[in-house]
Amino acid sequence: MADRTPVIAGIALSDYPVAPELDSIQHHVQAMQRALDDSGVKKAEIDGYMCAGGGMGRESAVDMAEYLQINHRYIDSTMTGGSTFEFYAQHAASAIKDGLCDTILVTYGSNMLSAMGRMLGTRGFLTEGQRVPGPLQYEAPYGNVLIGAYAMAAQRHMHEYGTTSEQLAEIAVAVRGHAKLNPNAMYRDPITVEDVLASRMIADPLHKLDCCVISDGGGAVIMTTAERARDLKKPPVYILGAGGSQTHWNIGQMPDFTRTSAALAGREAFGRAGVTPADIDTIQFYDSFTITVLLLLEDLGFCAKGEGGAFVENGRLQLGGELPLNTDGGGLSSCHPGMRGIFLLIEAVRQLRGEGGEAQVPDAKLALACGSGGWLSCMGAVVLGSEAP
Amino acid sequence: MDGRPLPQADNVSEPFWSAAAEGKVLYQECPACGHRQFYPRAMCTNCAADPEWREASGRGTVHTFTVIRQNWASPFADELPYVVAMVELAEGVNMMTNITDCDPDTVHIGMAVEAYTVKVEDGLGVIFWRPTR
Repeated sequence: MADRTPVIAGIALSDYPVAPELDSIQHHVQAMQRALDDSGVKKAEIDGYMCAGGGMGRESAVDMAEYLQINHRYIDSTMTGGSTFEFYAQHAASAIKDGLCDTILVTYGSNMLSAMGRMLGTRGFLTEGQRVPGPLQYEAPYGNVLIGAYAMAAQRHMHEYGTTSEQLAEIAVAVRGHAKLNPNAMYRDPITVEDVLASRMIADPLHKLDCCVISDGGGAVIMTTAERARDLKKPPVYILGAGGSQTHWNIGQMPDFTRTSAALAGREAFGRAGVTPADIDTIQFYDSFTITVLLLLEDLGFCAKGEGGAFVENGRLQLGGELPLNTDGGGLSSCHPGMRGIFLLIEAVRQLRGEGGEAQVPDAKLALACGSGGWLSCMGAVVLGSEAP
Repeated sequence: MDGRPLPQADNVSEPFWSAAAEGKVLYQECPACGHRQFYPRAMCTNCAADPEWREASGRGTVHTFTVIRQNWASPFADELPYVVAMVELAEGVNMMTNITDCDPDTVHIGMAVEAYTVKVEDGLGVIFWRPTR
């Protein structure tokens, strides 16, 4: 019987962090072309497609399937914000195992920086005088911005657990250290905790260097069966377990500002993989803001609730430390075109293939990718491994 | 108001915004299970029964907050810095708002605050909170 264990067989990035010559759809196209080349999969083999839209909400997943001419028998347009791609890994693993399709393409692309500038975090999505329907009507008048949502979580965490700005800064410092090793990263100059604290306050208690960059960029992932992967170019990376969960969408509905649903997504992912946080060699976490990483570490069980601040000290998250984080330079220093979740899967695969170059985590066999979508709303966790389950 | 985005009332929220125009803060309580909720919905999020309106005391505390120091959007760009907060009402539900009438740097978690409303037009008032006098 054919081995239908789900694997990632191809990965690619489009040009980043600044690519004014590409529009959003071209990022999708370029990433797809490169992922096909990376894997050795032929375009005609793709019979599943997963896409959250072309770019900035203009083209839908079905528009993109038409544009790319993917003749799929399985499509998924789930949209949970930045964690969308971890949800796709969960869905794809099941669809591949069940034989709903054999080879799934995921594409993402955005020219956020070139098209809109650095407006995502502190410009908001509403316009002057706009009448706002739906759940957001209860937040519309108050001028909150995306960063403000995460800032309120950080403020509450500091209040309840004594977490400090210095501890949050450790996360930015670790990720910048890894960006230094990535020639394409947006910012590569080393920074210190003092630099983070001295950077401009954007929304208390988050400083500029607690916040991710805004860039252009895109990515593609090809998932298939272990059977098919035997004849492909690269060693397969196994999707060992995945979980997705949600507590709210708009930040005003977050039930507890110090806890995310990653606890549930993580339990699901670890349980299916049959591993624990202690087994993980590298973590690729959504680092929209430093606080995002700290909450994920706690909620996924790498440390107890409230102990994230102490956990991230002393270089634990740096290469050479116990749990290297975002070895590509992350959203904090390298690339964040709006929905970063696909890059978490891509960097995890790169590490598990041993393609990390200078940023390679020695002997990495197990990686955890965890995306955070919306306003700490939708969490997707994926355990990936270099060895068959 | 000063050009800020405003709610577009719907079937469920119309009584809430109308009450705010008359200076009242409403929340919902479920007659079946007693669950209290905000924002208003067509059903109880706990047991799915039809919720009922209750008038809040207008007293609360700051549950968490941030001081917004950068926002490129008009009219907020002209109001920096300002406080965005989640207020926990005495009745137990949380509501996003601005904390006004004080120095943003004096706002803290646990601070006692009181609601006030600004009438925009018939059927629409916006609720703000300020330090309890």
